[in-house]
Parts: sequence; structure tokens; C-alpha cells
Amino acid sequence: MAETARAPRARTETSEQQLRRRRRAWSYLVLVGLSVFFLFPLVFMFVSSLKPDGQLLSDIGGWRAFLPVGDISLHNYGAVFDRVPVGRFLLNSLFVTVAIVGLGLVVNSMAGFALSRMRWRGRGLVTSVVIATLIVPFETIAVPLVYWVAHLPILFLQDGTLVWDTGWLDGYQVQIVPFVANAFSIFLFSQYFSTIPTSLDEAARIDGAGWFTIYRRIVVPLSGPAFATVAILTFLPAWNQYLWPTMVVQDEKLRPVMVGMQYFFQDNPAWGEVMAYTSMITLPVLVVFLAFQRSFVSSVAASGVKG
Amino acid sequence: MVAAASLLGTVALTGCAKASHDGASADGGGPTKITMWTHSAGNPGELAVYRRIIDDFNASQGEYQIVQQNFPQGSYNDAVTAAAAARKLPCLIDMDGPVMPNWAWAGYLQPLDLPASLTDSLLPTAVGTYRGKVYSAGYWDAALSLFARRSVLEKNGIRIPTVEQPWTLAEFDAAVGKLKDSGYKTPLDLGAADKGEWWSYAYSPMLQSAGGDEIDRSGMRTAQGALNGPAAVAFFSWFQKAFKEGWANSDGPVGNQNFVDDKVALSYTGVWNAKDALDKVGSDLLILPPVDFGKGPRIGGGSWQWGISAGCGKAQSEGARKYLEFSFQDKYLTAFSDSQVVIPATAGATAASKYFGPDGALRQFAVLSQKFALARPATPGYPVVSTSFEKAAKDIMNGADVKPALDAAVQAIDSDIKSNNGYGN
Repeated sequence: MAETARAPRARTETSEQQLRRRRRAWSYLVLVGLSVFFLFPLVFMFVSSLKPDGQLLSDIGGWRAFLPVGDISLHNYGAVFDRVPVGRFLLNSLFVTVAIVGLGLVVNSMAGFALSRMRWRGRGLVTSVVIATLIVPFETIAVPLVYWVAHLPILFLQDGTLVWDTGWLDGYQVQIVPFVANAFSIFLFSQYFSTIPTSLDEAARIDGAGWFTIYRRIVVPLSGPAFATVAILTFLPAWNQYLWPTMVVQDEKLRPVMVGMQYFFQDNPAWGEVMAYTSMITLPVLVVFLAFQRSFVSSVAASGVKG
Repeated sequence: MVAAASLLGTVALTGCAKASHDGASADGGGPTKITMWTHSAGNPGELAVYRRIIDDFNASQGEYQIVQQNFPQGSYNDAVTAAAAARKLPCLIDMDGPVMPNWAWAGYLQPLDLPASLTDSLLPTAVGTYRGKVYSAGYWDAALSLFARRSVLEKNGIRIPTVEQPWTLAEFDAAVGKLKDSGYKTPLDLGAADKGEWWSYAYSPMLQSAGGDEIDRSGMRTAQGALNGPAAVAFFSWFQKAFKEGWANSDGPVGNQNFVDDKVALSYTGVWNAKDALDKVGSDLLILPPVDFGKGPRIGGGSWQWGISAGCGKAQSEGARKYLEFSFQDKYLTAFSDSQVVIPATAGATAASKYFGPDGALRQFAVLSQKFALARPATPGYPVVSTSFEKAAKDIMNGADVKPALDAAVQAIDSDIKSNNGYGN
């Protein structure tokens, strides 16, 4: 009797397992399909970078566009170096991006700390003003900002002598400084810091800690996800900067990678070279993403923010 | 603390890099430096010719030194506009012909004041005139034509048009119909996959050939009647029909690849695609005059030209003029022409050109340019004219009612002129 009672349950478990396996197989199938779908642009880009323009355009209407077939070579990559100082542009972008992210983490976290944990008159007003600036698109202030930075004072070294001049155009500083303070980053830090119990501050103050010690020793170590999120969200727009450097950088030696993209759009775009160039400049971003994939996903999940 | 950190970061950065920005100022010692901006970054052929001219000029005298800075074409106008806003324009700037009136009106440019003997020797469309004064001059011009294969036209019994006897609209319609029947799914590539100023450059000459225009050129104060009159409505009705009947489409790709691949029989494209087409199609290639829509064939004229900024100092302006005079030598114009495959602006340079000389394979373009080229309207409102024209033409291509679409464009153009007090006209 017991055996007959167990047998149907075993059969049921088996069919449940089968059902689960089938569901899993379907979900994997859907996920693989979605992955392939999202990989298409990247595959197209890499594959097209290996083809001459004529073949690239002829292949575009079918599956051959995604396959490394036909007249395949690295010629476009060589041609990119003939047309654009790609190494220099990459270094410029790297320097500017790292500076914006690094300085941004320090400045914005300190601002967020001051707004969320310190009590001072006008704090609410300042917070409101910072948040209000989020609704102003950069494009609307770009031209006045150019005028403004063109008349800022600057101290720089020339032939071993310190020279005082005006005008920030044509330098690294003009690509970095306007983007260090970021209202969205300040808001994120401020929100995250406010979730850390203030009793920790009080305990530290009893032990004689000042505000900077509390910031450095208590708040920063407890805010890893917030720092990761801000770093990632700041990295991509900094790397992709186009309009601002177009307006303020005149010397080719100081241009970032995105401005370099325009070098290929003459009367007839050199599409193969465009694809080779985009492959080269996408690679660092892909490497960063793959290296920090886990942090990226967890920080986005933890902060509830996506770019 | 926050302010201190910001200040520290700022101070640290301001010292990190400052490119040598001499602008156009004399430095007291050596030669007076004159900065020159080109739109040619990424174009090694053009840059090599500029390098040659600059080296020759700098070596030819000791008073001035030209310093070249190159920008990519796609972002060049933004860079100039930003520099003008910051009052940091260099002395010498190049500009696309139709943009010149806007920049002259906005105070970016000063009159060119080159000797009349020089400007008179150039193709009329290579000289930019605004309110009676010459503000820009170019080394070359471009031209559009219809590319075809002789074998295809002959096989289908289609007359090969000449400059003296171009296709009439009725002939053209019949020819395109025959080519479609012969097996070309889309026989005509009008370049409708392209965008931006191309639309005005490519299709406004057709409108002018039909008797309309983008604006009433007599006073440049309204587009009423020119862009939405009976001639314009008739032309755009034809334009819409060309897409509706499947004679043309907007699928692309941009360029001339569909013609090279023999996917289309006729390609309305520019001289910049001629060399490649010649290499691929060989002696079978025909460079045909544009269609006569009723008032004689027309093509757009006016390409990249040189000007001197209004903020350029007196000494630098003098040097900039000397440089420009020096640069307009036939040998340099021929070098540009043979390197870039563009039509030289002087008769002497044209005669010496490999492609456009008397026996040159692309000679026809020089003839088309001399006979049919018409500059785009020389008004500061041209950017709005161009974008309004493009929007209307695209709407019509996609099936919008012709007259209301043109009326909307006229309204946009006239509103812009009105809000700018007639641009001084």
C-alpha cells in the first residue's frame, strides 16, 4: 500500500522536474536569443571593420553583414592610424575621464556628506538648488559656458616660467573642471549617506573625531556601492564627451576620441574605417565593463539607478 | 572642506596643460603669427596641399608665419561658432559657401579685399558676395550630374542627353520608366538617404530649373511665391511621384555604391564620386547634364571658401591677405583639384588639371559648373531656409500633401526673417 502511495508521488516529482527542466531550457533559449540580439551591433561593428567599404555596403542587407566572409583584412585598422592620431586621442580621453571620475568622487561625496549629515543654515535651500540644476540640459548652457571659461584666469608653465593669463580654452582643464561637480552624483551620495545611522557620527564625535574624520573613516568605507555607482555613471558620459570638446578644444593634440569620429565623415564616409575606429574606442569601455560587471550590476541594484 | 577640495582640484588642473594658443597676435619678436583653421582634419590629401602652400609661403618671406589648425568637417561649424562666442576666432577661417552670409551678418567676417583681378579670375560660384562685398573666395567648386552607363541607355533605346540638349522632364520620365521596366527595381538614385544641407544643395537646383526657388531672391525677405507657388508645387508633385512610382527611394546607402554595383541605372551625385565611378565603370561611364525641368538645367554652386575674421588685427589681416593672394596660384589650385577631384576655380588651373583639363576624363564637370551652376541664396537666413526646405521635401517624399508642406516651410522661413528684422535687408 505504501509502495503504491509512493509511486504516484515519484511520478509527480519526475514530471515536476521535467516541467522545471523544460522551463529552464526555454528561459535559457530566450536569454540566448536576447544576448545574440544585443550582441548584433557589436558583432556587426567588429566584422564590418574587417571589410572594404564596397563589400560592407553590399553585405548590409543580409546575414553576411554579421559574418567575417569575403575580402577580410586588417587594412581599415592601418588606415585609421593614417587618418587619426588614435593613440593620442585615447590617452586624452583616458586622462580626462579618470580625472573627472576621480575628482568627481571626492568633490561630490564631500558635498553629499555636507548636505546629508551636517546641520547648517541654508542646507535645505542648497539641496533644492542642487537638485533643480538637474533639469537644465547641458546644451542650453554650453555657449555661455564657453564664453565664461574663455575669460577665466589661468596660471601655467611656459619655458620654465609661471605665466598668468586668461582663457581656459584649449587645455585639459577645460575638459575636466566643468564636469567634476555633478548634481546627480551629489544627490546620489546624499541619499546613500542618509541611510547610514547617525549614531555612528555621534559615537565618533564623542571619541573626538572631526567631520573630515567621520567622512573618511566611517562614511566612505560604508558607502562602497554608492562610490561604484557614481564612478560608473560618471565614466560613460565622460568617455563619450563630444559637444563640449568640439567647442573648447582647438589643438588636435588635446582632442578626445569621440571628436576623432568626425575625421572619417568626409564627402563619402569611410565606413570600414569608422567601424575599425569605433571598435578600437569601444574596446576600453568593454574591458572596463567586463572587469567590473559584477560591481556594476550590484551597484545598480543597490542604488536603484540605471544610466 | 568641499570648497577647499574643489579649489585644490581646480588649481592642480589649471596648471596641467595649456596648449600654445597664439591666436592671431604678433609676438613682438620673429614673424607675426597668423592662425588658420581648416575643416580638413581626416583628409590627408587636402592637408598635404595646405602644408605645401603654407611651407612655401612661410619660406617666401619673413614677416608672417601661418600656423595651421585642422578640425573635422562634421564639427567645424560648431567650433567656429563657439570660438566666435568666446571672441577667439583665428584670422583665417574656411567656410562652406552658403554659410558665409550668415557669418558675415553675425560679424564674424570682414570683407576680403583681395585684388579684383584675382576674384574676377575665379568661377563666379567660388566667390562669396554678401551685400555687394566679397567676403570669401575658394580654390575650387563641386558639381552634380547624372551618372549613367552608355551600354544601359543604348540597350534601352534612350537618347544620350548633351549639354546643348539635356533631357526634358517628359524625356526623363520616359527614360526612367523604361529602365524600371528593363529590370531595375529602383532605376534612379537621387541620394535621398543623405541628410542635412545636401537636400537644399541637391534638390533646390531642380526647383529652380522648374521656375521656383527657396526664397524670393529679389529682396531675400520672403519665400512666399518662390517656394510655394505653382512652379514649386508642380516640381514637388513630380518629386513625390518619383518615390511613389518606385523610380527612387531613400534606402541608401549614401554615396554612389548602388550605381557602381549596377543596382541603379542613374545616379544623381557629385564630382567627389566621379573618380571611383570611373575606376569601376571605365569608359562606359556617362556624366550627363541635369534634367531641364522647364527653365533650363541647374546645379548648385559654392563650396568651401576662405575668409578673414572680423576680430583679426590690422597687421595680421594684412598678412592673411598676403597669404591668400599667394595661395591662389594655379599650381596650388591644380594640386587641390587633382588630389581631391574637385573643379579648379581658375581657367589656368583647369587647363592644367589631370581630370578637368581639355582631355580630362571628368572635363564634363567643369563644363556643367560653368554653364549651369547657381549659388544658393546669399542670405544670413540660409541655415533656416535649408532646414525648412529639407523638412518640407522629406515630408513630401514620405507622402505629405505638397502645398501645405511648402506653406509650412514658407512660414518657417518668413518667421525667421521677421524675427531677425529682415537680416538687414
